Amino acid sequence: MPPSEAALAALLLRAEIEEWLLAEADLLDARRYRDWLALLHPEVRVAMPIARNLAPALLAREERTRAGQDVMWVDEGFRTLEQRVRQLETGIHWAEEPASRVTRLISGVRILEAAPDRVLAGCRFILHRNRLEDETDLLIGRRRDTLLRAGEGWLLHRREVLLDQSVLHAKNLTTFL
Amino acid sequence: MSSDFADLVDLSEGIVQRAAFTDPAVFAAEQERIFARAWMFLGHESQIPEPEDFFTSRMGTESVILARDRDGQIHALLNSCTHRGMKVCRHDHGKAKVFTCPYHGWSFSNDGRLAGVPGALVGVPHFDKAYRGELKREDWGLSRAPRIENYKGSIWASWDPDAPDFLDYLGDMRLYLDYALDARDGTPGASRVVAGVQKWRVNCNWKFAPENFIGDMYHDISHRSVDMVGIGPNGGQGRRANFRPRIAIGFPGRGHGLLGELPTTEPEEWNNAWALHPEVDEWYRAAHEKRLADLAGRPRVAMSVGTIFPNMSFHGRQPRTILVAHPISPTTTEIWRWCLEDVAAPQNVRDAAREYFLRYSGPGGMTESDDMENWAYATAASQGPIARRRPYNYHMGMGHARPAPGLSDAVECGEITEENARIFHGRWADFMRGQPWPIRLSHAAE
Ligand code: FES
Ligand SMILES: [Fe+2]
Repeated sequence: MPPSEAALAALLLRAEIEEWLLAEADLLDARRYRDWLALLHPEVRVAMPIARNLAPALLAREERTRAGQDVMWVDEGFRTLEQRVRQLETGIHWAEEPASRVTRLISGVRILEAAPDRVLAGCRFILHRNRLEDETDLLIGRRRDTLLRAGEGWLLHRREVLLDQSVLHAKNLTTFL
Repeated sequence: MSSDFADLVDLSEGIVQRAAFTDPAVFAAEQERIFARAWMFLGHESQIPEPEDFFTSRMGTESVILARDRDGQIHALLNSCTHRGMKVCRHDHGKAKVFTCPYHGWSFSNDGRLAGVPGALVGVPHFDKAYRGELKREDWGLSRAPRIENYKGSIWASWDPDAPDFLDYLGDMRLYLDYALDARDGTPGASRVVAGVQKWRVNCNWKFAPENFIGDMYHDISHRSVDMVGIGPNGGQGRRANFRPRIAIGFPGRGHGLLGELPTTEPEEWNNAWALHPEVDEWYRAAHEKRLADLAGRPRVAMSVGTIFPNMSFHGRQPRTILVAHPISPTTTEIWRWCLEDVAAPQNVRDAAREYFLRYSGPGGMTESDDMENWAYATAASQGPIARRRPYNYHMGMGHARPAPGLSDAVECGEITEENARIFHGRWADFMRGQPWPIRLSHAAE
């Protein structure tokens, strides 16, 4: 039996979104930050909560801090993201000068919700950052990205980054997750 | 190097030997002589508002449970089972009447009323059969910090029963701590911490953090990239635009210091520090004006950053935060950051402050991320045998400190100076000599 129209459409959408996410990672790894900013919706929010070690009774409710309420690792919109790019462009942002080498591995892309102009995609990431001689960070976790259709393409509207660390084992977070 | 390591600091020459920052033997001695004696910040009472709430903090290299008992009293209990040392609590916060050790099941009460003393051993599996009832349970409670102080909601503890009272330890640094802990309109202690603590590991010696925040305007140049971007909530170029002139004020003999203003009664116009958010700016203006009106001409202070010896630093202006640099190893530090807000602040004010905090401070902060690079590679490049032949240079402003008008036991030394770093290391030497008490105020004359 040939696959149904709906199954084919879902497959194509997943391929399209996966391609978008990989292309985005490519831009960031290549430090093409201006091009990356063009992929962001003007109302974009990026949120990276802090994970905590809690007893079972509290875990469901309080495992991670809340965007828009609590202290987070990152909780920001376009204005701050663009400021970060400008800081990188100064060439004297010492945390990234000399430039770190960063590779983002994105896998396990799934479409969690799909509407004609909006998708919610889940994925897993490994961000490997190496700088100077022997400094290496390995940030691993999951992401939930909401993309809004814009013409032929998509723009990032929401990003939630769930990092598998409660104490951050990196001295700073000067890369985009 | 003598065994007390105090001679690593030579204030008359203005130098500190690098071994103070890198040597494992120095680090081990610091744990006994500083972190087992000094007053240290553990958390804020707003993190444990209800009876039986706890927050797991640290004192030096050790895990310490900050526990509120049934009667509301707060205790600092060492998080190490008296049987084999297992952590009795592996949760960052929560609620508990007793802490039951996962290893062999000993349980410890957080409640003095139930058990005689907080941390008492109240449950021992097989007490009758295997111990034959012979274990003297009353001798095996959790270690408890004998000194604890709730100062305007900030909780401090010391392992030294002979430590001076916290307020004496603080001296007039208290005025500046007040500035951070009081509400913006001056209401005493009417602040709380925003939920969530940033904790992160930096490959640097712990002393880089307190030395940085005690009053090091000289390193401002390292933040030029963020200044070029301009992330301040006034929308202007500088993250510190619109502040009145600041100077370094230090407390010799106590080891504290800050960048801020001397006590003043001069009128002060509101400076539109939040101009990017007009309604937020209005709220701050009203708070500022109420503070001045309530003071009715009595002196007031303001400050940006400061350090309370040994490892607590704080920002009194937005972004208002508390930082503790926990020693992990000579070359590893775990930094914790809390964010403070007014209890009475409306949502838009809290949002603006929290967002400014997140883009300024912490590992993701556009200002602080560059500090981490400097502290880490300064530590790394100070360890070699040749590097260690040269001490660090603290010459700036030597001999130019003057008594600070309006403050007791304090000096000021202009805006850009290493006076406060010298004060910090002088105090460090007192502790390393094993002579932190009584506080030697004669330092003021040195
Ligand atoms: S280590 Fe705690 S009961 Fe044995
Ligand atoms: Fe700094």
